[in-house]
Amino acid sequence: MKAFTQHKGVAAPMDRANVDTDLIIPKQFLKSIKRTGFGPNLFDELRYLDEGQPGQDHSKRPVNPDFPLNHPRYQGASVLLARKNFGCGSSREHAPWALDDHGFRAIIAPSFADIFFNNCFKNGLLPIVLEEEIVEQLFQEMYAEEGYELTIDLDAQVVIKPNGETHAFEVDTFRKHCLLNGLDDIGLTLEDADDIRAYEAKRREQAPWLFDAVK
Amino acid sequence: MGHPEKHKENKKQTLYDKLWQDHLVKSREDGTALIYIDRHLIHEVTSPQAFEGLRLAGRKPWRTDSVVATPDHNVPSDAAERAGGIAGIQDEVSRIQVQTLDENCKDFGIVEFGINDPGQGIVHVIGPETGATLPGMTVVCGDSHTSTHGALGALAHGIGTSEVEHVMATQCLIQKKMKNMLVRVDGELGPGVTAKDVVLAIIGKIGTAGGTGYAIEFGGSAIRAMSMEGRMTVCNMAIEAGARAGMVAVDDITLEYVKGKPYAPKGEQWEMAVENWSRLHSDDGAHFDAIVELKAEEIEPQVSWGTSPEMVVPVSAVVPSPADESDSTKKAGIERALEYMGLTAGQKITDINLDRVFIGSCTNSRIEDLRAAAAVAKGHKKADSVKQVLVVPGSQSVKAQAEKEGLDKVFIEAGFEWREPSCSMCLAMNADKLGAGEHCASTSNRNFEGRQGYGGRTHLVSPSMAAAAAIAGHFVDVREMQKEAV
Repeated sequence: MKAFTQHKGVAAPMDRANVDTDLIIPKQFLKSIKRTGFGPNLFDELRYLDEGQPGQDHSKRPVNPDFPLNHPRYQGASVLLARKNFGCGSSREHAPWALDDHGFRAIIAPSFADIFFNNCFKNGLLPIVLEEEIVEQLFQEMYAEEGYELTIDLDAQVVIKPNGETHAFEVDTFRKHCLLNGLDDIGLTLEDADDIRAYEAKRREQAPWLFDAVK
Repeated sequence: MGHPEKHKENKKQTLYDKLWQDHLVKSREDGTALIYIDRHLIHEVTSPQAFEGLRLAGRKPWRTDSVVATPDHNVPSDAAERAGGIAGIQDEVSRIQVQTLDENCKDFGIVEFGINDPGQGIVHVIGPETGATLPGMTVVCGDSHTSTHGALGALAHGIGTSEVEHVMATQCLIQKKMKNMLVRVDGELGPGVTAKDVVLAIIGKIGTAGGTGYAIEFGGSAIRAMSMEGRMTVCNMAIEAGARAGMVAVDDITLEYVKGKPYAPKGEQWEMAVENWSRLHSDDGAHFDAIVELKAEEIEPQVSWGTSPEMVVPVSAVVPSPADESDSTKKAGIERALEYMGLTAGQKITDINLDRVFIGSCTNSRIEDLRAAAAVAKGHKKADSVKQVLVVPGSQSVKAQAEKEGLDKVFIEAGFEWREPSCSMCLAMNADKLGAGEHCASTSNRNFEGRQGYGGRTHLVSPSMAAAAAIAGHFVDVREMQKEAV
């Protein structure tokens, strides 16, 4: 997994609450057996004026001029500002894959849905929870200033505004450690293989039926 | 019961606390824990990248016998297309994905109920019906509706593909304990009011983020009175209230359901299991971080009007008005939903006309759901204005049982289409989808924009409400129809 230490980038808006993962990446693109290539279909139903299909040349599709991510001022944005309960619904990891593939490194919102939140960390994408009033303020400042950039310092756990003002955020120690170092958590868990085997041996005695294979 | 000393030293625990403790491999200093996974269900959509990850890292699955696979999301529901097996799938991208699951299962030695195997079905239907998922288990799947299995008194939740890979490689998940929420529904449900109406009413009350960070236990006399299939419907939609896991305590109804299932323990092991499972309930006085209460008598048949499952009202109500909402974000959400759904504030729910009806999905495709829909459909015809009514059984086993009972004939006589087991129009990954602007009465779980097809408009309802809407051509209070029938 790629590491996340510090990042500075243009902020872009996804200005609605309860953005679900179906909206982030519609189902027809989930038929891919790859982890990459979802970027052109991020927010597909909002970004384009037609129905997208896998394998299409997306550069030829009619673009929705009203969708902010299509505006020239947000091109190359890498910090997404969002509203409450971002990423609700389906567990599809294709949602963080699409955000990552499009170039986003961090998402700032007042709250996230649990599964999506967790999936982000597995992909070097940092979801940041800030109070609703602060997020609102960031939205207003971003709308007011073209090229509005935010800096995120994961080690210090702060979001830094262009005027130098900072907002602290919480992050789990383990997730932070993995993200800062780009660690593969499977490798870390396998360091505890003996504990897992010991648990299995004990459990097998208490509940042997749990170890009967389905045939 | 047999260990009074143990009881003394243990604090009073919730069902979730017990399930967590039973599966705790290791607590780490950083506040995370390794949790052991007993059953790992996989399907074609969220597993290919996990297998690829294993291959790239040169890793083998920790315990292949804990994994059960089946294709469900992409498989055709059309009998003719389905008869051709994998090779017969018309959509090439879908075909490759189903084929890939097949190949991965063969390569890694994983049991798969293939496309036309008698054991095939929606993962969340086949788990409980075969006994592959059992009380007291931890169950995961790369699918958010894994919460369904919590109805058995299991800790079950959806995971992402990276975690699918993690569970395959280590048999564990790195977790932080969730908070405990009790949703208690006391009283007796009125006639015509189902488990689906109960869970929609719960989501309407607490909102789609109400359960975020919590494991929800559903309790109270109305939940206790429900069949296992009803409890599955309720737990299935815990995620629509924001909670990854929903669960119900084990009782006699659970044991009766599990007993004799093909993969349930037998003989001496059954006795041992029953004793073990008898403690799978929250202790009296156990602490819940949040408690939500509903009165069963106050719950009416529900219909969702908007683009989030929390946008739901009783069938007797009208479409809400943004003017009545003070929160600006919510107000904007209502306005956007009204526009997308093509509805006007104040419009009666019973005045919403339907273009299609979908009866199926991991929420409502079990035999009791089909019986409920057939009871309403019997002797009627679908309205001419309704283009299509799809009935998609949740598994091959449900399909066979329904056909044995003649339900397929009831549906076909009513002008409904009887299809092959699949996720179908719940998320429209196969050919079953809504056209832009079409309104659908659906027994599925999500009414998100585009969920059932680009521009499609979903209304979530129970199976009997869906069947009633198919006949009337618009929403009706199924209780009125049932009264007339009597």
